[in-house]
Amino acid sequence: MVSLTTAEQAMLDGEQGAATAKAMNLLIRYAEALGAERFVETNNVAGVPGSSTPWIKEYYKADGGDYRAIFSRFDLDSDEVVDVPRMNAFSCHLQGGMDPELWREQGMTEAQHANFAYDEGQVAAHGIQVMKTCTPYLAGNVPVMGEHCAWMESSAVVFCNSVIGGRTNCEGRESTSAAMLTKRIPDWGFHRDDFRYGRHAVRVEVPVDDIFEWGMLGYFTGDAVQDTIPVLDGAIGAPSLIRHKHFGAAAASSGGVEMYHMVGITPEAPSAERAFGGGKAEEVFVYDAAARARTYERLNAVGDSRDVDFVMLGCPHYSIEQIAQAAHLIEGRSVSASSALWIFTSRAVKATADASGFTRILERAGARLMTDTCSSISQAVPPGTRVAALDSAKQVHYLPAIMGIEGWYGTTAECIDAACTGRWAGRLAA
Amino acid sequence: MSAVIDEVEPIVLTGRRVVEGVAEGEALVTQETISGWGGVHAMTGTVIESRHELKGVSFAGKVLVFPGAKGSSGWSGVFHTARLAGTAPLAMVFTTMTTKVALGCVVMRVPSVTDLDGDPLALIATGDWVRVDGDAGTVTIWKGGRP
Repeated sequence: MVSLTTAEQAMLDGEQGAATAKAMNLLIRYAEALGAERFVETNNVAGVPGSSTPWIKEYYKADGGDYRAIFSRFDLDSDEVVDVPRMNAFSCHLQGGMDPELWREQGMTEAQHANFAYDEGQVAAHGIQVMKTCTPYLAGNVPVMGEHCAWMESSAVVFCNSVIGGRTNCEGRESTSAAMLTKRIPDWGFHRDDFRYGRHAVRVEVPVDDIFEWGMLGYFTGDAVQDTIPVLDGAIGAPSLIRHKHFGAAAASSGGVEMYHMVGITPEAPSAERAFGGGKAEEVFVYDAAARARTYERLNAVGDSRDVDFVMLGCPHYSIEQIAQAAHLIEGRSVSASSALWIFTSRAVKATADASGFTRILERAGARLMTDTCSSISQAVPPGTRVAALDSAKQVHYLPAIMGIEGWYGTTAECIDAACTGRWAGRLAA
Repeated sequence: MSAVIDEVEPIVLTGRRVVEGVAEGEALVTQETISGWGGVHAMTGTVIESRHELKGVSFAGKVLVFPGAKGSSGWSGVFHTARLAGTAPLAMVFTTMTTKVALGCVVMRVPSVTDLDGDPLALIATGDWVRVDGDAGTVTIWKGGRP
């Protein structure tokens, strides 16, 4: 049984209003399901509060079908509709359903856009930061080591735990929405020291020193260790924010990795011994040339035709460094008439891209720099897309399955070449 | 005295309640973890993940027996939507606890158990008849189908 502090009991009893009471009720059911014994306090919550498709609004039509109805019935899983106040915690809205300006190009209707704009207005009105990104840590929400967070978005969760040393489980929509009101989340999993130690080892025997290779290693690692914590050691070179971003996103997609250690690289792994908490690796996986080749084949298993009609970059959302690189690669060239190039980022990063001239370079080449979403989230690809080229292992894992198309995984340069030629010429360099 | 029916004794596993309630039905078993968002089509309850052993199979109205959740944090939202769409499983039995699966079970509001004293993935086969008692934390298995 989860024990409640006086303040938590008071919230459950309705002292802070009906919505917070419903939120506490949901969090208690969730804590009991987990087997948690208490809550931790959090003042850093990232989710998708109250945003919903027209289908969900239609479903709750009898309750009003508005933000209040959706937040009560869906987010708080409440049987009755309650008034929803401003959120209490520092709360951020993660990625959304469409670009706020280029939504027509994404194939969205006026009605879908009106629904999107309504939700966004409500999000802002409830005191939630409109970040609209899967990379909050690139848009103004950077936790610190040891900070208790309640985040959704598997790629952000794994980044928070592994790279920063922040503490969050992979929360869901309902738990984050409830935490925004209560500033509480179950004290379970990654909030606890003993949960953060490594269980399996991954020995890296081939050099992994650029973002493409880090992505592949991540995909291999998730597949190998599933939802446990790996400790990676060996030939991992040149760590950087974007490499961690791609590694973690890939590992979270192919397995369920929510935290990883890299010896001498990540903050809770000054040594292998510390990373394992004094314990031993249950299993040791080896990433060698053969494993690398197998991973590449797996990632390209859904590619057949080399006629690429769509290239999507920005999963997770591109950093300004990646946008600069894409602009550099495409400057002076143009996207093929038989293809399209969409690059996704956050609004915060796009503002810098605009100011730096990158947006103009990309647009002049026929590419589009979009925000808020990605093709998988919005299920938006250019009309008639059959074959996509992607530089993200996570996106190639999801997009072909979601859209019923073919997909290629390669380097950013190979993807931009494909956009400019309409042909896939990617290959695994020796 | 009525005719004695030669019934095979059901297997009973004991574990821990995740979500209360009792439900029984046909089992759908997978040895592979399930991705919610991007891995399941909520409107039909069908697994859509490329290369998944249940690809194209719907869990609607079945007792879903699986190792646990993986992938996107949209897990609970997708299974929550499946509940609204009427395509949720009848009950859930799983072996690895994660926040994704715990929250998903809670908002799906279906009887769910874990931490069983026998391996449900080995003892239950697709098509077996299974009763999940979330209140008692037990799973009762009739091999080969409805008793």
